Amino acid sequence: MTVKTLVKKNSYYDSVTLMIITNDIKKLDGVEEVLVGMGTEHNIALAKDLGLFTSELEGVTANDLIISMKVADEGVFEKAVAKVEELLSSKQEEEEGEEVKPQSIDSAMDANPDANLVLISVPGQFAAREARKALLKDRHVHLFSDNVTIEEELELKKLAHERGLLVMGPDCGTAIINGAALAFANVVAKGPIGIVAASGTGAQETSTIIAKNGSGITQLIGTGGRDLKEAIGGIMMIDGIKALAEDPDTKVILLVSKPPAESVARKVLDVAKETGKPVVVHFIGGTAELVNEYGLVFSESLEDAAVKAVALSKGEEPKDAPEFSIPREKVEEIVKRETEGMKPEQKYIRGLYSGGTLCDEAMLFMTREFGGVYSNAPLSPEFKLEDSLKSKEHTVIDLGEDEFTVGRPHPMIDSTLRAERIEEEAKDPEVAVILLDVVLGYGSNPDPAGSLLDAIKKAKEEATKDGRYLSVVASVCGTEDDPQPLSEQVRKLESAGVVVMPSNIQAVRMAIKIAKRG
Amino acid sequence: MITISKINETLFGKKLKVINIGLESFAEDLRKQGVKVIEVDWRPPAKGKKELLDLLDKLEALK
Repeated sequence: MTVKTLVKKNSYYDSVTLMIITNDIKKLDGVEEVLVGMGTEHNIALAKDLGLFTSELEGVTANDLIISMKVADEGVFEKAVAKVEELLSSKQEEEEGEEVKPQSIDSAMDANPDANLVLISVPGQFAAREARKALLKDRHVHLFSDNVTIEEELELKKLAHERGLLVMGPDCGTAIINGAALAFANVVAKGPIGIVAASGTGAQETSTIIAKNGSGITQLIGTGGRDLKEAIGGIMMIDGIKALAEDPDTKVILLVSKPPAESVARKVLDVAKETGKPVVVHFIGGTAELVNEYGLVFSESLEDAAVKAVALSKGEEPKDAPEFSIPREKVEEIVKRETEGMKPEQKYIRGLYSGGTLCDEAMLFMTREFGGVYSNAPLSPEFKLEDSLKSKEHTVIDLGEDEFTVGRPHPMIDSTLRAERIEEEAKDPEVAVILLDVVLGYGSNPDPAGSLLDAIKKAKEEATKDGRYLSVVASVCGTEDDPQPLSEQVRKLESAGVVVMPSNIQAVRMAIKIAKRG
Repeated sequence: MITISKINETLFGKKLKVINIGLESFAEDLRKQGVKVIEVDWRPPAKGKKELLDLLDKLEALK
């Protein structure tokens, strides 16, 4: 094996384009390790970690494209570089037919006075500068970028608040504004419910369940996961609630967040109460007392929140969502079928998640049942896995955590790691159920279910060879109008023997029933 | 005094028109939904060097 490097000066490409190319190159024969990326400090450190650093990488800048590989020989490297160039030039050809693009955010804003929102996804260290420029020219901001400091977040949100603007983010994966899905979001019909969410997949799960229940949304305002931390104080959730309060089309407001600090929770709930509109609150894992104290509607799960919001929008009394929305006999029948061929030692659930909040919800409800769940991102520190690659007893993994996404796309885009892990878990004779989320919508893989099918089939075969039956339970977070229609994705999973439940919480409950044999 | 209703007036009450800066796939997805998008041909400023960037910020602040 030899390490070879090529640097192309002053050729900029975005990170997703380069990660997709990296994945294609990795599949070539004779290529052991590869990094195709811009010469940022982060990528240079990554090259060192991967054993790909050579002297050519000294002095490169974030405007230089680096192609570094550990390859069998020079011939393989030449072939691989030719492939990179072919992929990049096909990208350029696509772009040549397009209009000339403005070189800066300022010139884009000046030439388009009617542009009202700036969507920012540049690397984190540059993102706040661009967001500031947008706010100073009175544009609302969706800040998808992560690695923005909390000090920068506070400064941007204060500035936005003073100017009456929204800053959705940083690290805001999901928003739906005026019916348009921004970044990772689903196609949800228009309707009477307005959502403000400090959680990307929490927003996707609630908005799609609203759609599955025949209703729709006015706006889905993302705030970024840190908005309700004490340091930020819920600035954007509060401004979002006030905006929805004034919006005549919004009849019901739904709030989603991890449990905030009590002082922040009280500020938010105060404002929510003042709206005079029905407000459903889902502080994931939070308790009912505080919400009830303000006369607002508490919800126990993401599905419960969505179902209650739909009921309220029809002027009905909000009832708790049922444990299962399919008939009881059907539930028993599935449990019987899935447990028949299991060996007595098969007792554990292995959750492999792409969505962070869906992963939290699984851990929360499994912890209530089993007393503790191991994870790379556990609810309490004593359940932190020593090695994130090795599951233990009941384990739920968040594959969207940074440790799995350095130098590769998020698991919602690229299923490779999750597919490998499904096969890995199947080898463990104590595993009863593999629990999955499949997230549809813009931003996600064009066929997320399809990209997991081979692994699921192999995992089931592996278990069968060993005289075991392995159950796979999933939920699909999406709508019929998504680029990957919901029913097609469900059908694909079911064709591979997957039990598909209508929501994450129901999938978790089904997995628990199967693991406990009823 | 600017109020919250500015969000309703300038965003919810107007046609969405987006300036995209960063991942091209986000712009493509918005176009598929019929949203007007202007893409910025973004490059890391100051070649991505921290010291130069700080200096650039100071210069811009003087403008």
